[in-house]
Amino acid sequence: MNPHWLGHSHPHASPVHRWPAVAKLGGALTIILGTVLLPVRGVGWFIGVGLFLLLVAGLSRLPPLFLLRRLLVLSPFVLGVALVNAFQPAARAHCLGIALKSILCLLTVILVSNTTPFSEILRVLQRVRVPALLITTLALMHRYLFVLADEAERMRRARASRTFRPGRRLHWQTLATVVGQLFVRATERAERIYDAMCARGWK
Amino acid sequence: MHIPDGFLDARTAATTGGLSVLGVGLALRQVKRELPPRRVPLLGLAAAFLFAAQMVNFPVAGGTSGHLVGGALVAALLGPGAAVVVVTTVLIVQCFLFADGGVTALGANIFNMGIINSVAGYFIYRALSALLPGVRGRVTAIAFAGWAATVLAAISCAGELAWSGTVPWSAGFPAMTSVHLLIGVGEGLISALVFLAIQRTRPELISGTGPAGGGARHRGELLGYGLLVTFGVAVFVAPFACSWPDGLDSVAAKWGLAPHKMITYLPAPAPDYQIPGLHWAVGATALAGVIGAVIVFGLALLLGRWLVPNRTPGESLPPP
Repeated sequence: MNPHWLGHSHPHASPVHRWPAVAKLGGALTIILGTVLLPVRGVGWFIGVGLFLLLVAGLSRLPPLFLLRRLLVLSPFVLGVALVNAFQPAARAHCLGIALKSILCLLTVILVSNTTPFSEILRVLQRVRVPALLITTLALMHRYLFVLADEAERMRRARASRTFRPGRRLHWQTLATVVGQLFVRATERAERIYDAMCARGWK
Repeated sequence: MHIPDGFLDARTAATTGGLSVLGVGLALRQVKRELPPRRVPLLGLAAAFLFAAQMVNFPVAGGTSGHLVGGALVAALLGPGAAVVVVTTVLIVQCFLFADGGVTALGANIFNMGIINSVAGYFIYRALSALLPGVRGRVTAIAFAGWAATVLAAISCAGELAWSGTVPWSAGFPAMTSVHLLIGVGEGLISALVFLAIQRTRPELISGTGPAGGGARHRGELLGYGLLVTFGVAVFVAPFACSWPDGLDSVAAKWGLAPHKMITYLPAPAPDYQIPGLHWAVGATALAGVIGAVIVFGLALLLGRWLVPNRTPGESLPPP
């Protein structure tokens, strides 16, 4: 399994990584709520948050290029909204404000998610009484996310090495078969996992 | 369709958050009650499957590609309650782990893609596959459900953006809808092809109501989901979709109080972007929206009938 291909970076050697998860999540939530709710005119908050996030980014020793790349992957959604608002001169300042808020929040989430193991996030969720079934599902999904993604990639490679360049219709059908097969395999794996869980005394 | 942070105001974020908590709570209760313990790991695995399936790119014309969204497909395979839990899990992981979709917009994203997409997709799938017999009917049903659920989620998304004053309805609604009318065609086609592929390899996985239950026995939950979706559509879409204040002025006066109170508690960050007169027309147009939804359903049935001859890939495939 290659943990880097999804764009995650987990060097476990910075003070930020060792901060307690509760504090990081609480802080991130405060920053995000404040940034989203405050009007753009209150410039002080945004400058403060921006500087603080830069400081944390420096402390966390995440590669700056990695952070920049994650920030620049704009979703088509943001582009669409910017495009729609670009045709309305009155909305331009408003749109800029939204972009600023959005980038600050994005940076916050990227910093937290890359310095906190997912299991600790789950433990915090458990402590704030998120239903157990949802937590189990989240934990299992996170555990097998990379396994299934790798499986999909292996199936894609196997197909690519065996097929000539197919026409579009055949291509779609083969891809759909891959996805369907992935579901069947996920179901079978779920059964095996249940047996394994029972064997280890689950419930 | 993942809304980032900063695109929704406090009122919209709080409302969608509340609706999502209700919907996911309902789904968790249903799943906990009727899912056999053997099937519990399947929820997590189905979520991982959905995430992996979304990374398989289907080539569209001109070098672009699309991928499965899958709410309707998962709902058809596992039942509505399990689908809501599965899609919600995917959205939470995408939000916290991959920064895809905002934290304050998580409620809206869960509502659009987790609840509206899955539940509406499930309802449409069940209704159509009850009308049209056999595998061919089911494939037709899932294709149409995939398309309709995508469009519905997009409309709801446009409504939320307009409600918080980010993108005016007059611009956002046509843009979102027209784009997703096309994306929905791809979604429906992929859903149908995948569904057929599963039907071929493991038909017992999709016989009847799906392995996670959720059949017609559970009227209460189904009614609950229906109410949630109707309420969401009425609140987010109806105020814009219909300009009908004259005949309903008296109703508006009666209903005006409740939404007005809510708005004073949660002031919008950009009040100058609100559409004037919206505040107390919300109740009246909500009522009109319910009526409108019935009419739109009739139109959707006609559209489904029109799509059916094109949506039977089962007939042209060679036997496995």
